[in-house]
Amino acid sequence: MPTFWLVLALIALSVAGFFLGRNRALVSAGGNSKDLHSLPSYYGHNVALSALVPALALLAIWLLVQPMIIDQRVSSMIPEETISEGSTIGLVMSDVRRVAEGLDLAVAEGAMTQEQARNLRSEFSDVRGRLGEIGVALGADVRPEVLRAAQTYRTLSNTGNIAMTVMVALVALGGFGWSYGRTHKDFRARNVVEQGILALLILAASLAILTTIGIVLSMLFETRNFFSLHSWTDFFFGGTWAPNFRGDSDLSILPLLWGTLYISVIALLVAVPIGLFAAIYLSEYASKTTRSFAKPLLEILAGIPTIVYGLFALLTVGPALVRFFGQGENGILGVEWMSGATSVLTAGVVMGIMLIPFVSSLSDDIINAVPQAMRDGSLGLGATRSETVRQVVMPAALPGIVGAVLLAASRAIGETMIVVMGAGAIAKFSLNPLDSMTTITTRIVSQLTGDTDFASPETLVAFALGLTLFVLTLGLNVLALYIVRKYREQYD
Amino acid sequence: MPRKHGNSLLELTDRTKRRNAAEARFKAYGIAAIAVGLLMLVVLVTTIFSKGLGAFQQTFITLQVELLEEKLDKNGNRDLDDIKKVTTFGYAPIIRNAVETKVTELGVETPLKGKDMAGLLSKDAAATLREFVIANPDEIGKTVEFRFLAQSRVDGYLKGRVSRDSIENDKNISAEQLDLVDALVAADVIEKTFNLDFILGADASDARPEAAGMGVSMLGSLFMMFVVLALALPIGVAASIYLEEFAPQNWLTDIIEVNISNLAAVPSIVFGILGLAVFINYMHLPTSAPLVGGLVLTLMTLPTIIISTRASLKAVPPSIRDAALGVGASKMQAVFHHVLPLAAPGILTGTIIGLAQALGETAPLLLIGMVGFIASNAPDSIASGLLSPNSAMPAQIYEWAKRADPAFYERAWGGIIILLVFLITMNTLAVILRRRFERRW
Repeated sequence: MPTFWLVLALIALSVAGFFLGRNRALVSAGGNSKDLHSLPSYYGHNVALSALVPALALLAIWLLVQPMIIDQRVSSMIPEETISEGSTIGLVMSDVRRVAEGLDLAVAEGAMTQEQARNLRSEFSDVRGRLGEIGVALGADVRPEVLRAAQTYRTLSNTGNIAMTVMVALVALGGFGWSYGRTHKDFRARNVVEQGILALLILAASLAILTTIGIVLSMLFETRNFFSLHSWTDFFFGGTWAPNFRGDSDLSILPLLWGTLYISVIALLVAVPIGLFAAIYLSEYASKTTRSFAKPLLEILAGIPTIVYGLFALLTVGPALVRFFGQGENGILGVEWMSGATSVLTAGVVMGIMLIPFVSSLSDDIINAVPQAMRDGSLGLGATRSETVRQVVMPAALPGIVGAVLLAASRAIGETMIVVMGAGAIAKFSLNPLDSMTTITTRIVSQLTGDTDFASPETLVAFALGLTLFVLTLGLNVLALYIVRKYREQYD
Repeated sequence: MPRKHGNSLLELTDRTKRRNAAEARFKAYGIAAIAVGLLMLVVLVTTIFSKGLGAFQQTFITLQVELLEEKLDKNGNRDLDDIKKVTTFGYAPIIRNAVETKVTELGVETPLKGKDMAGLLSKDAAATLREFVIANPDEIGKTVEFRFLAQSRVDGYLKGRVSRDSIENDKNISAEQLDLVDALVAADVIEKTFNLDFILGADASDARPEAAGMGVSMLGSLFMMFVVLALALPIGVAASIYLEEFAPQNWLTDIIEVNISNLAAVPSIVFGILGLAVFINYMHLPTSAPLVGGLVLTLMTLPTIIISTRASLKAVPPSIRDAALGVGASKMQAVFHHVLPLAAPGILTGTIIGLAQALGETAPLLLIGMVGFIASNAPDSIASGLLSPNSAMPAQIYEWAKRADPAFYERAWGGIIILLVFLITMNTLAVILRRRFERRW
């Protein structure tokens, strides 16, 4: 791992820089630190940071950009007509990378010399067999153009890596030398270091924006690819979801959206009444002791990982529902309405349990924010507590509670594990809550796990689904925050 | 009909009674809601423990195995390469002999042949024995006492999961074998004891649920948490310091703040898609590697850490900053020397809670391939721990829940107990830290 050693060397250089810089500053002040402009350690930090930060930044950028350039150069080497039917440039490129890695390994293990690896010709030698000997299994015989592309790939990466090491080392030494040379007792080290640190802080803060941009761009890019392979009218307005690998899949989001919304509605039907009444009781009726144990206990439900709820749905709630509604004569109700443990109801109920603390603690905060004077006024006029809650507190808290419900809905729509394990895999429009149905998140998981081929619409559809999910949940969140914020200003 | 209430002069009218009844009903709804919530918690916890505790016990069969020299080391020179040539098939007859000897010794009558008797043992038994012999070639020729895993049906029979009715169509076990099991249990040859391998061992293939363990996926989770801690904590703290202490009020800062609160609400699976597209498809980082999982979870945890860090920075009173600035510190010095140390306990608490959240997250890990039968080899170095394929605790649980054999369900529940133990420890630690170090100003 040359990158690892490079980073280690950089760190060593910067540690050395710290001591050298500090020393030089002290020497220039004749050993009297009072003559320095800044504290001695700032001079050290200045040298250390100028050696480390630009070099690390260059390293990171290089590591990001190099594969892109090499991919471009190498893929242009593969002639269009040699890409066989049903294959794509992406698949050929992954072959190229595998062969290149195999050659690297062969050289590393001593099965080939550098020279041999560079001059290997598939016309004269059995490349697949030779790579197979050292444990690199290739699916098919290596074609000459793939081998040549792989060899170019290796040469380019090697040159790239050497160039990277040299450049990074130069930048590090340059930064070191420059800042070391500037180190003098009158040098305003603290101001420079503080500016540098501020720049790093800004960089860290903007990572949040970078993440969002990354999410949006990566999904937009693949979604565009998807729409170039598959009609967008079918995706948005088609009625069936039936992926297959013959290439004529029906990939419509509507049945998935239906399943998602149906499950979310059931979850909210469970979570909102329970959560809301729990919040009302806790904030309006409960004594301090009740509140102090009931609230944290309820909140434990929110801290349990979703995989636990998923397992609970799959292995406990689902079979229990089957015992009620399935099994025909042997069941508790003697009906045969449910065929398997996975159903909309299973996933919905369990997700509802998960959302109870979410609704209750958000509503609790909002109800507590209603000014006490309003309650006192209502009680003073002779209203009972429940009348006060229903006619005074609730109307005042309503926008906030609507916001809380919207946030819960956004959680329900984006929830994955519970529906993956509890909802089933059949995409259909059905009103029966005991039917097994599927959701957007479930399909994203199933389209993207296992062997994924980024050139087929069946894989790429997951990105379109993901983007829809992102937009949907983001819209709900923004709406919820807007409502909550608008409400808060009314009483403060 | 108005009625007097105790000694009070007040007479309750029908309307008042109705209102009082409505009041009582309303209160009862509240109590019922809380009761339902708590009941769900109790049901969940009881289910987990009643179904999962079994995974920590395993059925073992103790046998005296004679390690025949002519089978295991024909040349008799104890050359490791020769010994390694004997595959697990070569060990099967030795195990068969050991079972037969044991059954004859105990005088148990059984119509079973040796092969069926040995069928009580796990398919793992031969491999265990082979590993032992390769590690201790000197033992060849001696008789050694061994504790083998029993196969999962035998284990299920002892735990009550498998009954004589349920095995009618089961080709893995027969009623005669269960008779033999009963006899061997009576003779203390088969017994159920604590199974450390479930906690420390590796995952096993579909046919050997009795050998599957959480250990390797636990290491996978551990490496991911290292990555998250190493990246999310410094970046999160730096971002919070900037936003809370230095950022001017302008549109850029507003955008960053809105962005962070929105990122906190983005479904976790979207981060998985990001990881797949950027880290694996674009940057060609290895699939299923804890490094990639850690990077994805870092992005996911960052908003949580930033939000809690900002709250604890905000809780440090301005007088501290003013005092530092007053004696001549620069703004940066005031923040790093005075505000940050005072906010540290709060930051730590928030970080631990963020880590706990990341530890239990599954969905993004499915997309970057940290699922499937991959947690089979413990990593041998830090680099391989970060880069070689591994699973994570929640992904391992999901993997077990998906498998067909119900014996894996018990392990999935058991895995959840282990996961919850970690989460409870981390959350308790966070609460203790907060109680111990939090300062009220």
